[in-house]
Amino acid sequence: MGLELTLIGIFIVSTIVGYFLINNVPPLLHTPLMSGMNALSGITLIGALIATAIGLKESNPIISAILGGIAIVVATINVVGGFGITDKMLKMFKKKVKQDE
Amino acid sequence: MNNLVDFLNTPVVQYVISGILVLLVMYGIYLMGKVKSARLGNAISALSMLLAVIFTLISNDILDVWQLYVFLFIGLLLSGWIAVKTSMIKTPQLVATLNGFGGLASVIVGLFALYEIGADHSVFGQITAIIALVVGMHTFVGSVVAALKLAQKIKQKSFSFKHHTLILTVLLVLMIALIVVSPLIELNLIVIIFVGLVISALFGALFTLKIGGADMPIAISLLNSLSGVAGAISGLAIGNVLLVSIAGIVGASGLLLTQIMCKAMNRRLLDILLGKTSVSTQTNQKPVATEVKTDASTKDPIKVIKEAKKVIIIPGYGMAIAQAQFLVKELADLIKKNGASVKFAIHPVAGRMPGHMNVLLAEVDIDYDDLYEMDTINHEFKDSDVAIVIGANDVINPAARDKEGTPIYGMPILNVDEAKQVFIFNYDLKPGYSGVNNSLYQKNHVHFFLGNAKETLSIFIGEMKKN
Repeated sequence: MGLELTLIGIFIVSTIVGYFLINNVPPLLHTPLMSGMNALSGITLIGALIATAIGLKESNPIISAILGGIAIVVATINVVGGFGITDKMLKMFKKKVKQDE
Repeated sequence: MNNLVDFLNTPVVQYVISGILVLLVMYGIYLMGKVKSARLGNAISALSMLLAVIFTLISNDILDVWQLYVFLFIGLLLSGWIAVKTSMIKTPQLVATLNGFGGLASVIVGLFALYEIGADHSVFGQITAIIALVVGMHTFVGSVVAALKLAQKIKQKSFSFKHHTLILTVLLVLMIALIVVSPLIELNLIVIIFVGLVISALFGALFTLKIGGADMPIAISLLNSLSGVAGAISGLAIGNVLLVSIAGIVGASGLLLTQIMCKAMNRRLLDILLGKTSVSTQTNQKPVATEVKTDASTKDPIKVIKEAKKVIIIPGYGMAIAQAQFLVKELADLIKKNGASVKFAIHPVAGRMPGHMNVLLAEVDIDYDDLYEMDTINHEFKDSDVAIVIGANDVINPAARDKEGTPIYGMPILNVDEAKQVFIFNYDLKPGYSGVNNSLYQKNHVHFFLGNAKETLSIFIGEMKKN
């Protein structure tokens, strides 16, 4: 039970920290922020990697490959595509001054 | 190699490395709070994700499972393809789709955990796995429906069945019941999974279908939060510290964003969840089109705009659909050339995702210092000579202030009606998504330029340039 309590504790602490972290972001940046967060939610990727690997090694390799494969592919798209589009968006935010230079 | 794996697997090392990576992610998010450092922040978040993946591969001793690299590579290729193919215009639906993908991955991790692959046998493991499955599925289906709506593949308007709210409530109760009851009774796993997936998929679809256009930013940000929650809970199921904490941050931040927007709309989150959207159910009112006063048009609008000293532009979703932001920029530059000041007033829920207008205006190189939030600029309308509305309706409707009983009553609005002259570049005079007639339309100081904003604006700009 020790590990489980620790995990729940970590979950709660991260939630609270996340909450305060976002509070300082101005609405101007809400879309890139949301899109960046979206990319971060693809962190499930590490769960997919672990589960798929164990499934391939110890359990039904075919089903693990199919399901795990889908999970890894979509999570990767979530992560890479998410960070990519966020960067593309942030590139557009600039000050006038820069153009005049 | 084995020594390294053993070393990385000692609990202390696990926590320390996870802690460092989480701090790195947090620092990245912190940097994203300022325009100057935002790109760096995004890059730092991305880097910490990469490190997290590498750490996971090494510490779980799965570096040699070659299939993983095949899948990772396919994912990389596809995301590269997506990045090249999509334009900025399609951002909202792309973000929604990507979000759904995260949810789907959590569903599958939950599935694995239910079969005790990567998870130990325990009640805790089983409950968390089912929650991950259900929340992930809701996120996936909900995001896909939202993306289809945003891409206008299905109607953007709120769509509801008879007893919609009741059905949603029942589904929600069933979902919770399934989570609580499943570890207690000896049910076949397949049955639990099947029932869980069906209920949550139905809930996700019905929930998002019911959301009307104006509530879309709230729905998107809520789904974003849920994908984080689903990830964190799948992390609980497989006992992964890193997954729990990073996804937990995402869940919380999404929820906060959702709350900010609910406040801006004067709505309760639960109402939105259960489908009580701002769309009025009894729209007996007729559009006011015929009653519009035309006295204002006797005053030449071109003359008015040229004499103006202070102009405020109010963009809305109409500008996004018409892709008129380039012309808006041209108009703003022209007005500035005539010596007037130009400011942009951004309503918190203008558009279809949080901060949608800011991104569109940034796209056309409008200085972000010219963009003002509602609370900062609202008192300036009374001193302004002209307010130019581009495709916005509900967020400027004075009915929100004085027409008690209408769905938008109490929602904070931009005080456009206080400007000396108001120019409205909307498609038509129909009510906005709320279905409430815009009482501003009947005022005397309002000029209309109806039609596709791209066309009406270019005519207007042409006229301005003439003399």
